[in-house]
Amino acid sequence: MAVNRDYVGRTFPASEPYEVSRVKIADFAAAIGDSNPVYTDRAAAQAAGHADVIAPPTFAIVVSIVGSGAAIADPGLGLNYAMVVHGEQRFEYSRPITAGDVLTAQATITDIKDAGRNVMLTTSTQIRTVDGEHVCTALSTLVERGGAG
Amino acid sequence: MSQQVNYDDVEVGTELPVVSYPVTRLSLVKYCGASGDFNVIHWNERIAKAVGLPDVIAHGMFTMAQAGRFVTDWAGDRGTVTEFGVRFSAMVVVPDDDKGATIEVSGTVEEKLPDRKVALALTARWADAKVLTRARAVVKLP
Repeated sequence: MAVNRDYVGRTFPASEPYEVSRVKIADFAAAIGDSNPVYTDRAAAQAAGHADVIAPPTFAIVVSIVGSGAAIADPGLGLNYAMVVHGEQRFEYSRPITAGDVLTAQATITDIKDAGRNVMLTTSTQIRTVDGEHVCTALSTLVERGGAG
Repeated sequence: MSQQVNYDDVEVGTELPVVSYPVTRLSLVKYCGASGDFNVIHWNERIAKAVGLPDVIAHGMFTMAQAGRFVTDWAGDRGTVTEFGVRFSAMVVVPDDDKGATIEVSGTVEEKLPDRKVALALTARWADAKVLTRARAVVKLP
C-alpha cells in the first residue's frame, strides 16, 4: 500500500499533556549510558542553573513521538512501520526539557516524496508547555524502504 | 565533571578527540523501553532479517544520543544545546554477542556564532562507515 500523499500539510491535534518526571529522565539517561548528574541529581542540576533535573537533548524525541506517533500510526497514511528507518532528525531548543514540565506535542506532516525506491516522510512537531511556552521543535524524516510506488 | 569550556577560549578549527561508545543488544532493549520505540528491527533478529536487514540494528536515535553525549560532555554543565541535527547515513548493526558494536564520535569547532554560541561539526562511525552525516550541534556557552 502506497503512502497517502493527501496527508501532506495535515496538522494533527496536540497530544494529551505529557508530564516529564525525574524517574523517566533518569531512565532515559541510563538507557543512553549517560551518567551526567544534571540528569539525575537535583542539586547538581540546580548548581548548573536549572530549576530541577534536565533531560538529555535527544529526550525530546520521546515527547515528540507522543504527537507524531498518532500521525505515523494513522491507518489512512499507509506507512509500513516494519520497513521504516530514520532518515534525519533535527531539534531546535528554546530551553532544556526539565523535570516537572507538562508538555504537549503537535505534529504536522510537511512532506511526502519518493527517493529512488523509498518514500521519505517529513514531520515537524512543536513541543510546548501547556501554558504555550515553546520548548523544542522536532523535525523528523522517516524513510519507508521500498515504499515508492 | 569536566572543566567548563568558555566561549572566549574556543577556537574555530579545534579538533575534539574521538570518544568510543559501546552498543549491545541490552543497550537496545533498554533504549526501546526508555524511548517507547519498540520497532521490531531493534530487537527481533528474525524479523529484522525477514525485512532484508543484515541483523538487528541500533535505533538511529540511540546513535544520535551518543553524539549528544559527546556534545554535552564538551559543552559542560553551563553549556546549553540550542540546535542539534543529524542525517542517518548508515545502519549500526548490533550482533548478538557480549561485545556488541562501537560507535566512535569525533568533532570539530566549525563556527563561532553571535550570542556566545558555537557550532560543532560531528562525525560518528561504526566499522569504518559514517553512520551520521551533516551532524551539527549549536551550543550556547558561558
